[in-house]
Amino acid sequence: MATDPELLSLKIDYKRNPMLPWPFQIQRVKHETEDTFTVELQPLGALEEFAFQPGQFNMVYVFGVGEIPISISGDPAKSRMLVHTTRAVGTVTKAMDKMRRGDILGIRGPYGTPWPIDHANGLDVVFVAGGIGLAPLRPALYEVVAHREQYGKVVLLYGTRTPLDVPFRQELENWRARFDLEIYVTVDRAMSGWRGNVGVVTNLISRAPFDPRNTMAFVCGPEIMMRFTTMELHKRGVDNEHIFVSMERNMKCAIGLCGHCQFGSVFVCKDGPVFQYGKIKDMLVKWEI
Amino acid sequence: MEDLKNILAEHPFFKGLNEEYFALVVGCATNLRVDAGKMILREGEDANQFYLIRSGKVSIQLMTPNKGPIIIQTLHEGDILGWSWLVPPFTWHFDAKAIELTRMIALDGKCLRMKCEDDHDMGYELLKRFADIMTKRLESTRLQLLDIYGDRS
Amino acid sequence: MKTFIFERSELDRLVEILKRRDYKVIGPIVRDSAIIYDELTNINDLPIGWTDEQTNGMYRLKNRDDAAVFGWTVGPQSWKKFLFPPIQKIFATHKSPKGLDLQNSKKQTSQESAQTKYAFFGVRPCDLNAISIQDKVFLGGPFIDPVYERKRTGNFIVTVNCGQAGGTCFCASMGTGPKAGTGFDLSLTEVLNDKHHYFIVEVGTELGSDVLKSIKCIKATDENLTTVNEICSKTVKQMGRLLDTSNLKSILYQNSEHPRWERTAARCLTCANCTMVCPTCFCATIEDVTDLAGKQADRMRKWDSCFTLDFSYIHGGSVRASAKARYRQWMTHKLASWVDQFGTFGCVGCGRCITWCPVGIDITEEARAIRENQS
Repeated sequence: MATDPELLSLKIDYKRNPMLPWPFQIQRVKHETEDTFTVELQPLGALEEFAFQPGQFNMVYVFGVGEIPISISGDPAKSRMLVHTTRAVGTVTKAMDKMRRGDILGIRGPYGTPWPIDHANGLDVVFVAGGIGLAPLRPALYEVVAHREQYGKVVLLYGTRTPLDVPFRQELENWRARFDLEIYVTVDRAMSGWRGNVGVVTNLISRAPFDPRNTMAFVCGPEIMMRFTTMELHKRGVDNEHIFVSMERNMKCAIGLCGHCQFGSVFVCKDGPVFQYGKIKDMLVKWEI
Repeated sequence: MEDLKNILAEHPFFKGLNEEYFALVVGCATNLRVDAGKMILREGEDANQFYLIRSGKVSIQLMTPNKGPIIIQTLHEGDILGWSWLVPPFTWHFDAKAIELTRMIALDGKCLRMKCEDDHDMGYELLKRFADIMTKRLESTRLQLLDIYGDRS
Repeated sequence: MKTFIFERSELDRLVEILKRRDYKVIGPIVRDSAIIYDELTNINDLPIGWTDEQTNGMYRLKNRDDAAVFGWTVGPQSWKKFLFPPIQKIFATHKSPKGLDLQNSKKQTSQESAQTKYAFFGVRPCDLNAISIQDKVFLGGPFIDPVYERKRTGNFIVTVNCGQAGGTCFCASMGTGPKAGTGFDLSLTEVLNDKHHYFIVEVGTELGSDVLKSIKCIKATDENLTTVNEICSKTVKQMGRLLDTSNLKSILYQNSEHPRWERTAARCLTCANCTMVCPTCFCATIEDVTDLAGKQADRMRKWDSCFTLDFSYIHGGSVRASAKARYRQWMTHKLASWVDQFGTFGCVGCGRCITWCPVGIDITEEARAIRENQS
């Protein structure tokens, strides 16, 4: 890995300037779907590792273009490689999409609350993901799979638009092949030839194999999907204390100082993005909060 | 027959149905096995049955001239397939195909329809149950229509 | 608490002493038909003999018929413009052959650390409370704002208790004035009668006491202390506005769908004036500025407002698209969610948002309307 000696001398003091990113170099770009890609990054200079907890996010800076929050989608056990998966939809992500191996991004983080995986010890674990919402859940899946014996049944219910919009396809296949993981994928629409499920992800909940009274559910996707998912989980008998959701709001600083991500009285960047459902459920149904 | 009766009795769809009506339902039931890739029902044909899926996977789909069949929804173990037998003109509006080897119980809708006309109490009991299924299907169709995954960055 | 009195003429010397101690002395100055805060280069820049008239959407300077120095209330600006600058460079980078070089930012940080010490001269009690509220936001953690911290460190604060209330003032309702409690080095009360113009000064810190040693002053008597209380009590009675804060947080939370929001939004221009003049509003956005060659990129932090559409934008649209939602966000933040976030109201009752609202929306009137007609 090429290291710029100038950059080596950089010593970022996060306390002095928590807004200053650290340079990371792109090692690999992988296109997951038509509009979704994964970048694998390594820190330059004195930083050798990047530890994080599943569910946390980074602020990703593209030179001269801007900085946005992106959840970390890699394996928390592999701290030498930082992995982000995102859709190319905004100015910054579209600029990222054009970047190649060797290009440099600025990273600061990790920020935010993690999925409370330790609370799921001894319980069934149900992951419900929609669209790009699978990316923030992937590190938690890695962690649960790595310590598979600590959990009861492990189920992933994933919904997206079409069969072509399924990211991490090979990995999902590998997981599906395991006897100790239940992986269900459903799409909003498909052409004939798709042998998987068609319909919204909430349809999968009623017959998913887990014990509702001993289950921890981690949910990430569009807000509407999360609301309907929790309704279905409630019908099965999972209570609010055992459901965690990941929220999205505008973020400029990620450190609770810019005010943009306020959601009622919480700051999504520092009090979230992962919340116990009961703590925010009343606000989720209020308009324009 | 005893076997069919047990299966139907355990299904949530028939939960709470009184014995007299339940006996009528059992009398209208037959076992059915459909191989993977075979059509179960076709758009435009007379709708005279409905199905309780015991195992396998069924797609509800629509034929398009240029893109081939589009799958609207898949149904699985425990799901109920078909309600066009209950509402005029009693013809199927969609296609249904077995994606996998599918085992089902077919219920004679034509027979039930007549019994419902004779006995509105029974008709109401059945209609309530179908209303529940229709509501769920409508709700999930609405969510599908939103195309919500297109909007999350 | 030690209290002294000194003559009006000694006030000039106080400013001089602070300057001699290498403070950049910021104080009230008349400029552009308003009293603003800027560096006091000349003691005569103080708004001597001026007062202000304020009500919804109206601010006027008027001459007094005496030579009071602090015979006015608050203007459009607050001290936050010095502690939390409206525009601030966060860092600068340039493109090097190897990619992204963040060296410049390091230099920039070290340059700024050798910055001036501020003495804030003439801080109103409401604004003193606003500073302590922003302290909680920027210095309360878990993350600390380095810019604010740098600019806030080593401040010398001279507060002035209010001898009169303005038309839109309601600090008495918020418990933030008209008399300063803590957080100052020196706290003045101006006394001006037919024969005598002097200041009663309360010492808040050792440093304040030290500074006062160079001033000709004598120990205050009980009578002087009574005078301070009398002046402040009179000011309380003059408050132009009242805000009943009892149970206010839950009233606002419970009335998030109150028809009043809609009515107010019909008038609100979402111009963001209230957030710009508010001494506690802390929201900021970041802008990227590049040179034409695309080699140099700076990140600038700028004051932002929850009244803009962009503020709550996530891919696909803004969360708070309606003016109703944005006004509700601002007011609910000030008077309800701020309490959950930082333990106090985000409002100090300075009245600026009422005075500087182009359509005269009055936060106290809005809170009252919702309280009196709860849904």
